[in-house]
Amino acid sequence: MEKRVVFRSAWLPYVLVAPQIAITVIFFFWPAAQAVYYSFLLQDAFGLKSQFVWFQNFVDLLRDTNYLSSFRTTAVFSFLVAASGIAISLLLATMANAVVRGALVYKTLLIWPYAVAPAIAGILWAFLFAPSIGIVTYYLKWIGLDWNWMMHSPQAMLLVVVASTWKQISYNFLFFLAGLQSIPKSLIEAAAIDGAGPFRRFWTIVFPLLSPTTFFLLVINIVYAFFDTFGVIDATTQGGPGNATEILVYKVYYDGVKAADLGGSSAQSVILMFIVISLTVVQFRFVERKVQY
Amino acid sequence: MTRKSLLAALIASAFAATGAQAQTEIQWWHSMGGALGDKVNQLASKFNASQSAYKIVPSYKGSYPESMTAAIAAYRAGNAPHIVQVFEVGTATMMSAKGAIVPVYKLMKDADEPFNPKAYLGPVSGYYTDSKGNMLSFPFNSSTAIFYWNKDAFKKAGLDPDKPPRTWKEFVADAEKLHASGQKCAYTTTWPSWVHIENFSAWHNVPIGTKENGMGGLDTEFKFNTPLHVRHIAMLGDLAKRGMFVYAGRTNQGGAKFTSGECAMMTESTGGQANVRRGAKFDWAVTQIPYWDDVKGAPQNAIIGGASLWVMGGKTNNAYKGVAKFFAFLSRPEIQYEWHRDTGYVPITYAAYDLAKKDGFYQRNPGAEVAVKMLTNKPPTPNSKGLRFGNFVQGRGIIEEELEAVFTGKKDAKTALDEAVKRGNEVLRKFQAANK
Repeated sequence: MEKRVVFRSAWLPYVLVAPQIAITVIFFFWPAAQAVYYSFLLQDAFGLKSQFVWFQNFVDLLRDTNYLSSFRTTAVFSFLVAASGIAISLLLATMANAVVRGALVYKTLLIWPYAVAPAIAGILWAFLFAPSIGIVTYYLKWIGLDWNWMMHSPQAMLLVVVASTWKQISYNFLFFLAGLQSIPKSLIEAAAIDGAGPFRRFWTIVFPLLSPTTFFLLVINIVYAFFDTFGVIDATTQGGPGNATEILVYKVYYDGVKAADLGGSSAQSVILMFIVISLTVVQFRFVERKVQY
Repeated sequence: MTRKSLLAALIASAFAATGAQAQTEIQWWHSMGGALGDKVNQLASKFNASQSAYKIVPSYKGSYPESMTAAIAAYRAGNAPHIVQVFEVGTATMMSAKGAIVPVYKLMKDADEPFNPKAYLGPVSGYYTDSKGNMLSFPFNSSTAIFYWNKDAFKKAGLDPDKPPRTWKEFVADAEKLHASGQKCAYTTTWPSWVHIENFSAWHNVPIGTKENGMGGLDTEFKFNTPLHVRHIAMLGDLAKRGMFVYAGRTNQGGAKFTSGECAMMTESTGGQANVRRGAKFDWAVTQIPYWDDVKGAPQNAIIGGASLWVMGGKTNNAYKGVAKFFAFLSRPEIQYEWHRDTGYVPITYAAYDLAKKDGFYQRNPGAEVAVKMLTNKPPTPNSKGLRFGNFVQGRGIIEEELEAVFTGKKDAKTALDEAVKRGNEVLRKFQAANK
């Protein structure tokens, strides 16, 4: 006998999934289609005049050396955000998992930053590290470090990476903690009895068992770094100095929203969309093979 | 009984509501935050109290780019405000949007309200006038870049505190002395493109772009990579490398570095004086921007920054009458003077300037006159009446990016300016294609 629940009605399942499909179509497919459509247009800011220009917007972009260098910036930025975000939250989760007393307090505090909007997180870090008035800047000067990310591009990159990572750590932490708690204690105890130290136990038992979570977070964090970080950048460096922190999604936001160049901005978001789709495909085809479910 | 009285109250309130609607509301979106916003609200309520047919409703919509974006989006969605305050950078974009805007000269003529572009200072009216001499938007808040110096720091460095540098050569010498005296940051700037490219070009009577800085047509091209520009930007890059010039950001972040005493000299808008006055614990003053004295005819005159009021299309004739009445109200010399006195923006009409002089305002505040003097130093030439470049939000962004590459030592001045001109021209061509 079959144990699965089967809908006997022909239409009921479709009705039940309809709201989800509607949301996906209205909020994901429709805007994506619009972006593709606009990427072929040349419009003035008010939308009074509109011309169909085929691939001109794309050609313009690919001829722009600054746009091409923005790819490199994005790669560096995304790698740093994803790698440090995952590493730090894994460390925090492992430690929070080991805490016996007051665990709830630790966990709550660590999850808190996730409720902060990216722009607010950006402002917060921008204030702390402001070249003129920041409190951290003041202490850094005191210990003899010349902190001014307006003059030093690596410092600017560090700032946006720290602000973006901080924002994402809570999310990662939550998943790692859940993952850690689902690992059977008996496995770890058995390894301990066999004489494996804490490090050995972590790398040979805990880490492999966490790999599905890690993989999931890798995908999510890369998508986050690619798409959701423009608020942080806008509130801190605005892509500068020069174009040291101008990542692809920030340029999309800047050209589309601030400079009212919808065609150019749409062409960029179409390119970005393809990059993220292919990155995700690559991750599922190659990285996922190393994952043990 | 209770039900009856409730009904009566409902009917009464319904009548009250229609009564209020007989007064035409005029939406005004602006970007004047803080103390400036209070002043805007004051102006609106003053106008509202002066008559009963119209009610100006000011709303703060965020920074300049934000309120411009909001107005464009609202226009696309069919519910634009009547009046929107747009910064000088957005002028070309607004001007090209025929149909989306109502030119101010036409608005005033249709409503039979007096309006004379000649009443405004040359660089003010020039900025907002089309090639036929018609004023398209209503000048509201104008400023210009001036030079600030810390007198105490000058004294400490053995310099005459009452002798600020008049030329860029003297400026470099002063910066070196200040630096040697232990003043690590000798100089900082705000608004790098506005001060060191746009105003710099006008001040030396050289073009920023062809076709009268874009005022003569959409087929304009940037020209700010001349040897003079390269020399100036290279000088700044050199000072940055030697640690004397500390760059602080694309807007007014540099102000904090001067006010705290960290930097001894600064170029900043006239509008920055209020903050320095409030925060500085040292003796300071303002004067005109230095110039290169080997350039013939320099200094010419400065150009303005700030914003003007644009009237959006698609509203009722009655509402436009109200807008015209409001503009006539704002044009009154006493209102203009009050705005100048309380905000630190320059007086934009000759009448307001005279009123301020008569009132003794400049004897009490010598710094307040520097900007007017810079703007009216000489009659404006095609190089110095202003600029009109399409999509200049992007264009200025490109200039600032390239300047930052010089300040951070990544590029030399020539490479950066050539690149800025090349990339900027692509933006201009795109704007031209979209608006032909």
